[in-house]
Amino acid sequence: MTLTDLSQALPGLWEGMKVTLELLVMAVVGGIVVGTLLALMRLSGNKFMSAVAGFYVTYFRSIPLLMVISWFYFAVPLVIGMVTGTNRPIGAFVSCLVAFTAFEAAYYAEIIRAGIQSISRGQVNAAYALGMTYPQAMRLVILPQAFRKMTPLLLQQSIILFQDTSLVYAVGLLDFFNTSYSKGNITGEIGQYIMLAGAVYFVISFGASRMVKRLQKRFTV
Amino acid sequence: MTKLLPAALAIATLFCGVAHAEELTGTLKKVKDSGEIVLGVRDSSIPFAYYDNAQKPIGYSMDLANKIVDNVKKTLNMPNLNVRYNLVTSQTRIPLVQNGTVDFECGSTTNNLERQKQVAFSVGIFEIGTRLLTSKKSGIKDFSDLAGKNVVTTAGTTSERLIKAMNADKKMNMNIISAKDHGESFLMLESGRAVAFMMDDALLAGEMAKAKNPADWTITGKSQSYEIYGCSMRKDDPAFKKVVDDALKATFKSGDVNKMFTKWFQQPIPPKNLNLNFQMSDELKQLIANPTDKSAEQM
Amino acid sequence: MNYHWDWGVFFRSTGVGHEIYLDWFFSGLAMTLGLALAGWIIALVLGTVLGVMRTLPGKVLPRIAGAYVDLFRNVPLLVQLFIWYYVIPDWLPDAIGNWLKQDISPTTNAFITVMVCLGLFTAARVCEQVRTGIQALPRGQANAGYALGLNIVQVYRHIVVPQAFRIIIPPLTSEFLNIIKNSSVASLVALPELLGQTKQLVDFSAAQFEAYTVGTLIYFVVNIALMFFMRWVEKRLRVPGLIALGGK
Repeated sequence: MTLTDLSQALPGLWEGMKVTLELLVMAVVGGIVVGTLLALMRLSGNKFMSAVAGFYVTYFRSIPLLMVISWFYFAVPLVIGMVTGTNRPIGAFVSCLVAFTAFEAAYYAEIIRAGIQSISRGQVNAAYALGMTYPQAMRLVILPQAFRKMTPLLLQQSIILFQDTSLVYAVGLLDFFNTSYSKGNITGEIGQYIMLAGAVYFVISFGASRMVKRLQKRFTV
Repeated sequence: MTKLLPAALAIATLFCGVAHAEELTGTLKKVKDSGEIVLGVRDSSIPFAYYDNAQKPIGYSMDLANKIVDNVKKTLNMPNLNVRYNLVTSQTRIPLVQNGTVDFECGSTTNNLERQKQVAFSVGIFEIGTRLLTSKKSGIKDFSDLAGKNVVTTAGTTSERLIKAMNADKKMNMNIISAKDHGESFLMLESGRAVAFMMDDALLAGEMAKAKNPADWTITGKSQSYEIYGCSMRKDDPAFKKVVDDALKATFKSGDVNKMFTKWFQQPIPPKNLNLNFQMSDELKQLIANPTDKSAEQM
Repeated sequence: MNYHWDWGVFFRSTGVGHEIYLDWFFSGLAMTLGLALAGWIIALVLGTVLGVMRTLPGKVLPRIAGAYVDLFRNVPLLVQLFIWYYVIPDWLPDAIGNWLKQDISPTTNAFITVMVCLGLFTAARVCEQVRTGIQALPRGQANAGYALGLNIVQVYRHIVVPQAFRIIIPPLTSEFLNIIKNSSVASLVALPELLGQTKQLVDFSAAQFEAYTVGTLIYFVVNIALMFFMRWVEKRLRVPGLIALGGK
């Protein structure tokens, strides 16, 4: 790979990186939202809700992400087609986004649950004494504190997710890794492009986790 | 009564309108409703369908696919139809056509009886023979020289099944590697993991062109099968198939297909500006003169 | 949509020998478990060495171990696997490279590659757990060892490492579950483990939904079974009086 080759490949690689980042941001937001709901269900005291959330978390933590991605991409459209009677295509991006959100929600849920449980019981009682309802107590008192505590862990998990997005290679979504691989594939220089991709992932992940560590020190309540 | 007549006519016209809209079924209706058509594309089937530096799919089959898209636009009267590309591999192309992720796929897909059970094929767009790519120094001349050696082929292709069957039938004791795509297969060959790469001859020519030194490699061996490529689409959708076939037949008839062939097989092509120097076979000429959606086995 | 449901597919012949499709799942599962176990052993040995290095006095050894952890934790597993598979064999001396690429069967080659990759990847995580375990021990224990005249090797061998291990058994066993899941990347270098066999089943039988669903359930059941088994082991090995360090 010469510098000219690389400069020609750059626009394509950047397109790939945009796909990776879009997928990451949307999956992180979606995963945290669903994860929070799951955590609240588990802690709600309602046995049925708690069992459903518990099963969800165990289920997704027992299956390889690669299998989840493949299942959503190949099997789910058939079910949707059966139900709706149409062949509306879902596309690799949306399919992967749903898979990552569903999968990561299970991991985020555990972090969030631990975070909520770390807030002392007295705070909840104090909120109730002030006449707040359960949702009010959660929204106004518990969750803001819990999120502050668990931000570093959530970020750490998101860095893992950033690395895991490379698995979309298996379903042919052209993210950063798959674009690099494809460039190497067409030019017959797969090895060099894989090394390049590895270096880029390393720099981003390493930099981000260093920043999280610093944040962790500042965020300690 | 006289007052009712215009009303009745109006209602009748309305019904006609509805009936007209409902004539669209299957893929055409889906495309009309969603305003987009999804094309299954390959990223490394040189020179049929692969990505250029701007991440745009190009190649002989892509040129034909664009003719099909043009015809869909014309049929539906939707000049601004959105075209979306969805990457497929040898292993995923059939499942993805089936499950509705892509509407049709033009790349290097062999039309055969087994696949006809799963998807429908357009009229044939190319004809190949399955042969071997090997180093000139390897001394391999034909399939019989492969006994006891490592041979690579691409997963999900007809070559994979042919060579596995040959290995079992003739007890050749080959180690068969099934790589994910043609580029990976070629890498296995170039890095010495395999002594030969079995694949469709035109694709082998494409892979050879990206070698560090193309002159080191040669395509050899007696063709194990002759196969016809077609674009694949969902089964039982005659309206869409007609649009696809009409577009291809018109391209064959006008002679545009010859220009496409020259462009991709006899002139320098990206990314390395190499010329494949691949001649049009008599079989392909025959196929263009008399379009058919039959597989080679059926002819 | 005209998808043809076919749950009986698993009991039909594959057309290769006398196998039925269900057999592919079993052979795939066996390969998954074999890979996971082999990778886990590498990870335990290397991870323990690295974890101990990180707690040693001095600067060089802890830094080397730290750099190892940073490197292996910040490159995606898939990229690491492809580097092991496509890049490293070309860097090896010709004799070893050619042996890997040509003399042994492609499946053995892929198995060794994935095993090493998973082992080295997981070692970085084991390293951090071993370090946490060692640092969780009261400092007095090591000091007591030195006071008795033991040297540093003896202190680690007889006092620190055995106890640290019993503390970190829960995270180490959950690493085994992780490695089972991670081993599915092997399907991307054409190794016929559980996911790879599932894909091949789809390829041959066109029963996409059935194959992926059953494949998923097998992972789920195996994981749950191992989880219960490991909880039982953990209970038996817990150090009395020490609160086990749960979690990651």
